Amino acid sequence: MTIKNSRVVELEQVVIRFAGDSGDGMQLTGSLFSDSTAFAGNDFATFPDYPSEIRAPQGTVSGVSGFQIHFGQKTVYTSGDLADVLVAMNPASLKANMRWVKEGAIIIVDGDAFVDKGIEKAGYKSDPTMDGSLSGFKLIKSPISTLTKEAVKHLDIDLKSTMKTKNMFALGIVMYLFNRDPEVIHKYYEKKFKANPIVVEANKAVLSAGYNYADTLELFGTTFKVEPAPLAKGRYRNITGNIATAWGFMAASERSGRPLFLGSYPITPATEILQELTYHKNLGVKAFQAEDEIAGIVSAIGASYTGAMAITTTSGPGLSLKSEAIGLAVMTELPLVIVDVQRGGPSTGLPTKSEQSDLMQALFGRNGEAPVIVIAAKSSSDCFYSAYEASKLSLEHMTPVILLTDGSLANGSEVFKIPEMASLPPINPPLVAPNDPDYKPYRRDPERLNRFWAIPGTEGLRHRVGGLEKEDGSGNVSHDPLNHQKMTMLREAKVQKVAEFIPQQEVYGDDEADLLVVSWGGTFGVMLTVVEKMQEQGKSVALAHFKHIMPLPSNTEDLLGRYKKIIVCEINNGQFVKYLKMNFPQFKYLQYNKIQGLPFMVAELESRFNELLND
Amino acid sequence: MTNQMDQQIIETGVVQLTKEDFSSDQMVKWCPGCGDHAILHAVENVFPELGVPKEDFVVVSGIGCSSRFPYYMNTYGIHSIHGRAAAIATGVKLANPKLSVWMITGDGDSMAIGGNHFIHTIRRNIDINLLLFNNKIYGLTKGQYSPTTPKGSKTKTSPQGTYERPFNPGVLVIGAQGSFFARTLDTNPKAMTAVFLEAAKHHGTSVVEILQNCVIFANKTHDLITSRETRDDNQLFVEHGKPLLFGKNKQKGIVLKGTRLEVVTIGEDGVTEQDILVHDQFENDPGVHSMLAAMMPPEYPVALGVIRSVATETFDQAMMASIEEEKASASIRTMDQLLNSGPTWEIS
Repeated sequence: MTIKNSRVVELEQVVIRFAGDSGDGMQLTGSLFSDSTAFAGNDFATFPDYPSEIRAPQGTVSGVSGFQIHFGQKTVYTSGDLADVLVAMNPASLKANMRWVKEGAIIIVDGDAFVDKGIEKAGYKSDPTMDGSLSGFKLIKSPISTLTKEAVKHLDIDLKSTMKTKNMFALGIVMYLFNRDPEVIHKYYEKKFKANPIVVEANKAVLSAGYNYADTLELFGTTFKVEPAPLAKGRYRNITGNIATAWGFMAASERSGRPLFLGSYPITPATEILQELTYHKNLGVKAFQAEDEIAGIVSAIGASYTGAMAITTTSGPGLSLKSEAIGLAVMTELPLVIVDVQRGGPSTGLPTKSEQSDLMQALFGRNGEAPVIVIAAKSSSDCFYSAYEASKLSLEHMTPVILLTDGSLANGSEVFKIPEMASLPPINPPLVAPNDPDYKPYRRDPERLNRFWAIPGTEGLRHRVGGLEKEDGSGNVSHDPLNHQKMTMLREAKVQKVAEFIPQQEVYGDDEADLLVVSWGGTFGVMLTVVEKMQEQGKSVALAHFKHIMPLPSNTEDLLGRYKKIIVCEINNGQFVKYLKMNFPQFKYLQYNKIQGLPFMVAELESRFNELLND
Repeated sequence: MTNQMDQQIIETGVVQLTKEDFSSDQMVKWCPGCGDHAILHAVENVFPELGVPKEDFVVVSGIGCSSRFPYYMNTYGIHSIHGRAAAIATGVKLANPKLSVWMITGDGDSMAIGGNHFIHTIRRNIDINLLLFNNKIYGLTKGQYSPTTPKGSKTKTSPQGTYERPFNPGVLVIGAQGSFFARTLDTNPKAMTAVFLEAAKHHGTSVVEILQNCVIFANKTHDLITSRETRDDNQLFVEHGKPLLFGKNKQKGIVLKGTRLEVVTIGEDGVTEQDILVHDQFENDPGVHSMLAAMMPPEYPVALGVIRSVATETFDQAMMASIEEEKASASIRTMDQLLNSGPTWEIS
């Protein structure tokens, strides 16, 4: 890098939002900036924000695609609240994203796009870059489209292809602003488009043009630097929640020795798990795209009976369709993991927005007494460990497990410290040896109360399972009243016993405090950010973030009793709080609920918690 | 006895199995006179003939009278939920393609609630044997009409007679690009056994429709086809390479006239045996097979036997081949390798 015409200021953390039309390549822009962030040694988390339409009308607010990255020299738990820098490639993307921008933020726009037609399409009455409405911000209005054309005019490339590279001009400006080495991006293009040198040349040229433009014109009096974060020694990668989920299952399959079978039907925002698993036939993964949600789960049940580590993946509406089949897995006491990547509901709801509103469905949404283990991943990278643990519990306890993640975790990405396979806990499914003279389909292990897994093709273990109630031990069909009660209690006890095999609930903060903040699942990052911030200010606040929902950790009751006030925060209308009230009615619970298809913001939580502390 | 068995192993390489190897100790609870009993016996007779070890059979069913079947067989088995057996059987077969997977279903289970799984399993050509017990009524729920109930039938939910057009399962199978379809009768154990053997030999989704009598709620629904008085004129046993002849003295036959089939009598209007259509079960074009499957009295006899049997790649073979190919060429063979592949960075 050359000496630059600007002063460098060090920042602790930064949030950047890239926004443009859904065809403008903003997801790629964001992910390339993430790569450079990784190489700069920062901790970071990202989140894409795109419309549910694949190609919504060009230039309109509904067609805006965004990508946010939060990076810092300390641990980063969320993809950030409000942006310090917004890149807006057209008027619509500016309009759609102004509510996510900090006061005084840097706003970089393509001046060429701010013409009458575009301004009108975005729903502005006048040009926001001219009418003074952005006076509280540092506006950088550059003729990005024109300069992009200029940058590639020496290459034999048509206009359409040229315009596809203008995101690189914007990225070049941002790379300059944060003192990043463009070489990382150059390498990406050299590798990715090896077969198409003109694409490599064009993108490199435009990126450099953007970078040099920012330098030469002294767009910024000040540029910024974020020092590397003190991450633990080791190898890292960037991972999204859905990929982490898929890999967690593959890891559990390898460690348990049981081949992985996925039966699934595409549904937003769970589809990437299915897609990812179809790419790993090399590791023996069988991923079956079924004709519907029901076929997805029941094919997995068939595979589970046959000895596979079987999983099915879906989102809320799909979980509804799978309900009856989950009951079959409960009754047949077969291992099965059901992933619900939660989205806004009910019905089709908000397919691309995140929510935590399937908790009650996961816990109770079946006919009959049908208990299952429910666990909820707490971050994108934790999806790996949650999928692994869900598999372990399911295989060792011979029962279905519902793993709840959500749209934010699924699509968001964060830095993931790569584990060694040997460091993961072993998984020992209760397989039956051939010709075991003691084998009976419903004989149980006294420690876990699981039945044993006798796999078709094994000599001497032929047996039938099914949805009808079975006699304890023999597994013959039984309508005996007392047997039904006994079996119901056994199935319940089997799931409750899992509490002995999961960790105690941990608390971030003191054992006793004025306020205990309770949360679960995908909100962990923002909750911890808020609570740590308040603790640094000396506030008497602690966080209990739940990952194990059914059963709850065995110290839950004791823990809740130690705090003066409890507030349960959820992205729903209060489902976990109802569950806690049901289990521990002796405590008083306050609630903080948000049902807008949006994540919690640090500021809103902080102000509510401060109110409670000052009461 | 042991010596005898050892001798057999030496001679054939496998233990000779018998019907008793597959009879379960559970009391069979179908109604006396139900056609299901005969089907159970036929299956018990066929399994020992297939050269498959007894622990390699899996019998999967949905819900309905017929679906109690797995409990009455001493094999691995799943009695599942209504309509889903085809998808469960798919999972069993894909998890272990070596297994001989048999699916037992009824006209309610497969033609109504499970219609989607039925057609997609057939379309994919998963290598399973699918026995469809068609009694044209809902038996287990006590007498409501099903998707195969003849139009006009009075049932508990059609007191004035149905006004629905019924499905013909064979036409549906062939329409769903099925590779194998056969039809048989619960009253003819010999023909039933022969067809089951053919189904077992075929690689792909082998659908056998069994016209089965429900003595309680739709007794004699197949009477025209099965009764001694009328069956000769209403049954046509198709055989590959043979002319499509039927009737007491095989004097009637089927000809292709224009784009449709017609019944003719040999000796009338100058018709000779040479004019009669010869059955080709291996023909890839589904046209004639579909027309044969569609034939119904009173205009036509019902075609029985193997109507269609076409060699096509099965889904399970294709999936395994793809996995083997990927495994052979892959540079990543362990999770540790995968976790460390692609863009990663080291913090030291």
